Amino acid sequence: MEKILSKQNDRRFDSDKIFKMGATLAGCFVLIVIVLLVFQLITQSYPIWEEEGLSFIVGTDWNAADGRESFGALPYIVGTLVTSTLAMIIGVPLSIGIAMFISDAPKKIGVPLGFLIELLAAVPSIIYGLWGMYVFRGFFLDMIEKPLHNTFGDSIWLFSGTPFGLDIFTASIILAVMIIPTVSSVAREVMKAVPQQQKEAAYMLGATKWEMFKLAIFPYSKTGLIGASILGLGRAVGETMAVTMLIGNATGINAIPESLFDPSQTMSSIIANEFIEASPAGLHLPALIGVALVLLCIAIVINVIAHLLVTRMLKVKEGSINT
Amino acid sequence: MNNLKKRQEYRSLFKQNVKKRLIIDKIVRIIIISCVIAAIIPLGSILAEVFKNGITAISIEFLTQTPGSVGSGTGGVGPAIQGTLIVVGLASLMGVPIGVFSGIFLSEFGDNRLGRSVRFFNDVFMEFPSIVLGIFAFLVIVLVLGHFSVWAGAFALALIMFPIIARTTEESLKMVPITYREAGMALGLRKWVVTMRIVIAAAKEGMITGIMLSVARIGGETAPLIMTILGSSLFFANMNTPMDALPLRIWRLSMLPYDSAQLQGWGAALVLIFIIMGINIGLRALVLHKKETMQILKILKETVGGRK
Amino acid sequence: MTYESQISSEPIENDSEKYKMIAENVTISYGGVPAVKNVSMKFKEKSVTALIGPSGCGKTTFLRCLNRMHDMTKNAKVDGKVMIDGIDLYSKEIDPIYHRRKVGMVFQKPNPFPTMSIFDNVTAGLRLNGVRDKRILNEIVEDTLKMAYLWDEVKNDLKKPAVELSGGQQQRLCIARALAIQPEVLLMDEPASALDPIATQKIEETITELKKEFTIIIITHNMQQAVRVSDYTGFMYLGDLIEFRNTKKLFTDPKNDLTAKYVQGQFG
Repeated sequence: MEKILSKQNDRRFDSDKIFKMGATLAGCFVLIVIVLLVFQLITQSYPIWEEEGLSFIVGTDWNAADGRESFGALPYIVGTLVTSTLAMIIGVPLSIGIAMFISDAPKKIGVPLGFLIELLAAVPSIIYGLWGMYVFRGFFLDMIEKPLHNTFGDSIWLFSGTPFGLDIFTASIILAVMIIPTVSSVAREVMKAVPQQQKEAAYMLGATKWEMFKLAIFPYSKTGLIGASILGLGRAVGETMAVTMLIGNATGINAIPESLFDPSQTMSSIIANEFIEASPAGLHLPALIGVALVLLCIAIVINVIAHLLVTRMLKVKEGSINT
Repeated sequence: MNNLKKRQEYRSLFKQNVKKRLIIDKIVRIIIISCVIAAIIPLGSILAEVFKNGITAISIEFLTQTPGSVGSGTGGVGPAIQGTLIVVGLASLMGVPIGVFSGIFLSEFGDNRLGRSVRFFNDVFMEFPSIVLGIFAFLVIVLVLGHFSVWAGAFALALIMFPIIARTTEESLKMVPITYREAGMALGLRKWVVTMRIVIAAAKEGMITGIMLSVARIGGETAPLIMTILGSSLFFANMNTPMDALPLRIWRLSMLPYDSAQLQGWGAALVLIFIIMGINIGLRALVLHKKETMQILKILKETVGGRK
Repeated sequence: MTYESQISSEPIENDSEKYKMIAENVTISYGGVPAVKNVSMKFKEKSVTALIGPSGCGKTTFLRCLNRMHDMTKNAKVDGKVMIDGIDLYSKEIDPIYHRRKVGMVFQKPNPFPTMSIFDNVTAGLRLNGVRDKRILNEIVEDTLKMAYLWDEVKNDLKKPAVELSGGQQQRLCIARALAIQPEVLLMDEPASALDPIATQKIEETITELKKEFTIIIITHNMQQAVRVSDYTGFMYLGDLIEFRNTKKLFTDPKNDLTAKYVQGQFG
């Protein structure tokens, strides 16, 4: 009898063991992929590191001609950081304003509005690019860029370049719109976490709604709001298609913008534009892969910082069901 | 203790600034409403323009034929639609099982150091720019095989998908009360039966929401497809040739100077938006009211609106 | 009577002079369900009124309508009048912030602003009202902290973050913060319930001193506290005001059967 029972127990053990192993393997898949990916990026870009060393990161050449190959990623790093930072500067205040509105609005308005903002996130980047190119660019060029250039072009360096519509400014604005859903949703969570009693204390003192925000909500959620902003920055950094279609596609030293109206290039857009044509034989492809490596590092650092800030404020508890 | 007189004196110090404070409050309200409008206008404009410009391009011919010669304005985006369906379908076949089981791992077996690492790296991986994932697929598949391949494209998209599905699955499973599992175990059922039959059945809606929204997400991805399936003007032949997809076709069309290409681009965009928004709006309308799926949407908000 | 004169709040010469605050036919409903039904109370100047009753009887809901806190609550509807110095708080022409300053509130759990120092917490309301003069701010801080029996304990370290104080100290800080805006009425919602007996005693001493200048309405679960501290007591049950009398009389000789039962501890 015992033999039969123990046999059944063994079988029971086995299938559960297999189940656990399978799940664990699936879980570890991501670890394997990350290791492989980083390894591949490093080894396949090795030629450019070997050739240029760390000066690849600060170099500004971009020459694929045989015999005169020379590559430097700096212009694209600058392009990425400038557009993303601009997008953050424009998009974060808008997002916080939206979060303030939704957090205070009655459910009938807040829920549909939140839904609409989320739809903004569902629009693919390529369509933002298409719309940007054919619709927004013309409007923006005529209504904003040209007037700014004509009025302030001589006095303020920001507006000194000749506007053409496909430039840092246009790309940054579209990026700003694209990060609104993320930043505003995290901002909303962070503001919702402010205890009711804090808000009541402010009201008790006779504060207006805006003063209540200043007294009770913003000081309390400051860390989280900064985290939300950096999360938006991280999103913008990884963005590819819309930026590629709107930034004007300069290369090399010309890609370093000197005014808002200059065309430029980001790390992701240079890859999108040139990867197919780069011959694996020379240094061009390794250079692009090197750019991808730098992009990855920057994206990870920014996002890790953002997550730390946000979760520290929300104190998200993570763990799994104990069975 | 101060007496009444001192108190009157203090009160008189209070600036009669209430009116000013109320005005500032009103101004802030106006600013905030402008922020909302500033966000809604682009959404409205995008949807309106895509519809307005794209609708004239739509026809049976457009939806089923191969592209005509460049600039001719004839032909359609048949291969692109087919390609999107194939590559997304294949990516799902790869990404969904890994994502779901990863989520099961995190939820049911993940309360330990390994689980915490996996969760952390899963979240980190979600932030990898999608073009980098495309390069990875290029390096490990296209370079190895020697040609562009549908496998590579599907693989890249699966890489985007699975971490999202892992997270949404984990959250869905965690929302199932422990009592379900306990009841199952008490009946003598094995753990895998309890998980797969009972718990997943209860978490079904959240999981499906997460999966569908990830599918919608990768349907719109362009960057990782550039160096994996490359694009093409022909219908699907076999797994080892380049193939077209809607986002790719839109991009290529946008680079052409012809008006007819622009029109076709809008048409393709309309088809793409129709599918993606359809999934998004349909899902959210159906499940928006349910508390469990609200939780899933919250996670997706923080992740799915990512680099494309 | 202009609104501006309300802000400077001189006592008004009419028959409501004896009563600082009058609540008339107040009904408060949440989403259609009434929590406070047709309650009327009058609060004499410079007195302490205790509100007692079992959990859920509506005391907190009622208290909060006295400074229009329900404006913040969605789905809350307030009917009736609340007059302070003869002016109806709920009249449509007046923005509540004019009057909230006259009615300070101390909540059940201490809620100092966590990112601010002790000094900044006390002066928070003053700064809202445009008081910037450092000398005046210092004076008021010392004055109110002394009234709250907290001055001696913190006078050397006013810049310390408020959250580093103990629970009892934080609550006294909240009292000082409410007093700093020079209110005339002080609403207290079970101010000592989260505190230890020594801190509770200190709070009760504070209340007894404060009543020399302010009108105080205090909710308490502790009937002995009500007896120790209050002049008048209102007993509420399931949204109705059952009895409202001089404290001693209510406790020793309640007119209503229900009051008698509650006071004797037959239900809670």
